[in-house]
Amino acid sequence: MSWIALRMLTGDRSKYLGLIFGVTFATLLMTQQVSIFMGILARTGNQILDVRDADIWVMDNRVRYLDEAPGLQDIDLMRVRGVPGVAWAVRTYRGVVRARLEDGNTRNVRLSGLDDESLVGAPQEMIAGSMDDLNRPDAVIIDRAGYEYMWGPPAASSSQGGDNGGYQLGRTFQLNDKRAVLVGVCKVAQPFFSDPIIYTRYSQAAFYVPRERNLMNYILVKAQDGVDQKELCGRIEERTGRVALTGRQFFWKTVSYFLSSTGIPVNFGITIALGFIVGAAVTGQTLYLFIVESLKQFGALKAMGIPNRGILWMIVLQAVLVGGIGYGMGVGLTAVFFITTGNITHLAGLHMTWVALLGTGAAVVVIVIATSVISARRVLTLEPAVVFRG
Amino acid sequence: MAPSMLAIRETFASLVADGVPHNPRHESSQAADDSPLTAHHSQLANTAVSCKGVTKEFGANGTKTLALRGVDVDVSDGQLTLLVGPSGCGKTTLISIVAGLLNPTEGSVEVLGADLAKLSGRGLVEFRAKNIGFVFQQYNLLPALSAAENAAVPLIINGWPRKKAFAKARAMLATVGLSHRADNFPSQLSGGEQQRVAIARALINEPRLLVCDEPTSALDAKSGHTVMELIKQVAVQPGRAVIVVTHDSRVFEFGDRIVEMSDGRISSDQANVAA
Repeated sequence: MSWIALRMLTGDRSKYLGLIFGVTFATLLMTQQVSIFMGILARTGNQILDVRDADIWVMDNRVRYLDEAPGLQDIDLMRVRGVPGVAWAVRTYRGVVRARLEDGNTRNVRLSGLDDESLVGAPQEMIAGSMDDLNRPDAVIIDRAGYEYMWGPPAASSSQGGDNGGYQLGRTFQLNDKRAVLVGVCKVAQPFFSDPIIYTRYSQAAFYVPRERNLMNYILVKAQDGVDQKELCGRIEERTGRVALTGRQFFWKTVSYFLSSTGIPVNFGITIALGFIVGAAVTGQTLYLFIVESLKQFGALKAMGIPNRGILWMIVLQAVLVGGIGYGMGVGLTAVFFITTGNITHLAGLHMTWVALLGTGAAVVVIVIATSVISARRVLTLEPAVVFRG
Repeated sequence: MAPSMLAIRETFASLVADGVPHNPRHESSQAADDSPLTAHHSQLANTAVSCKGVTKEFGANGTKTLALRGVDVDVSDGQLTLLVGPSGCGKTTLISIVAGLLNPTEGSVEVLGADLAKLSGRGLVEFRAKNIGFVFQQYNLLPALSAAENAAVPLIINGWPRKKAFAKARAMLATVGLSHRADNFPSQLSGGEQQRVAIARALINEPRLLVCDEPTSALDAKSGHTVMELIKQVAVQPGRAVIVVTHDSRVFEFGDRIVEMSDGRISSDQANVAA
């Protein structure tokens, strides 16, 4: 019976391909959009996860997301350092300043002021230059996408190397009318905004940022070995009256802010829902028509002795095959999309997620089951005597 | 081109001799008659189908239609029984009931010794698969399958390995003169050829009852004649009853017996002296 079902399905090429196209299209749309949605949301908190040498972020109670942080008092740093279980705590600054380029153009940049001595929170991977160069006067390091945003793609690298991969270090520009010298290019997880990310020493950041009473807006904390981070957060909050979150907690707080305060989820949700609806409609309608047009054949098979459960098996097998192939092709096309766009700077970091794979798989299963049930009803309730009606 | 009747008989004889599964009634009939292929007028005919007081009502309450009104009829094996009558007289309803595709509203139907009313749904499906062959007016071949694959479908439904089933299907197609068309799809065959494939499909399982619904009505006169010749020469065998529903008077000559229906009743039932 399985063989008959498969031959019936594949015998009509146009309908067979139409069915597969429907599932493929739905899968592609859902997988790609869910992955991009998750990737973009992750970008809102990527700068938090990029800080891997500290466990806990301490911040003002009014912080809603990473870039919106009022200043903390220096006494807060002392208090945090005095909490039992804290191995070390350092100040850091995150904020937005305006850069003026050599040609007079201006760009907003996200400035990270790292603790002068420890450089905690510094990027993990350098593409050009060295992190030690931050100790030079007016030194700043910029992320790769930011470099391209400010000065365009790097020049072609020579085969001998030694030219910093085409990145022109030593460039000077102004941050808040103060001189900045580019000493390195780093690789970071792509941020939500396209603004360049610039790293410098905390003392240098204080020089670049418009004068405020309190510059430090985050305290990065390392827990002592064996100390539970969440318990330590509780102790810090109790002792300082400030909010203390693990990196992961702060990441989700930021993501939650963008989820609840922007149109991103609604817009992506609509696209994903459309993918599901269109996919379900195309697949469902094609499979249903395929079954309805084959009613006489199914009737003949019933008359010849295939029981209802056999007919049901045939329909489910056809639907599962179509769903499986369509899902595989849809996922494959999504993978091709992310592979081919992986080298585009502004799309870098977006990738197919296992949640998208599982979620889309579940949606395809729903489509397959629903269309099977709707189609099978017509066949199962079919009187085999229908074959005698000319 | 229609095969000669001699060739058909020889091919069928070789099929039977080649180990095609027989049913016991076949064997007993063959044992009693040394020339089974010419035994469709055998004196050893048994009652294959017995209908008593069969009534069939369609619809409900105010829209009830009485399709059959107390039909009593017996059909013997080894004979070709024609069920004739005008459209709407109840022929198709009657063979649907005889084939176990419809339940009668009243009356009893015994087919090949089995009371259909006493069979469970599953039992009825199995009974049909093993004992009844169908030839439909519109052939109902599966368009995605070749002629040989279509002919093999009943065997595959009954669990035969595909290779063995295809081999037998090809032999069966040779019987109906279509060995050269075995790999063609229905869309590549003429109406007459499609009906011959349908006959091969109906007979491949060695059914004890063959039910044909208007097998010639979609065919031209020549093809219709060929199809009826095939049914007469290949299908009608000792131990097998053949019922052909038709209103095509051109094929009446092939019937051993003609049962005429009118308005849901048997209006005449007589042996066909011309056959």
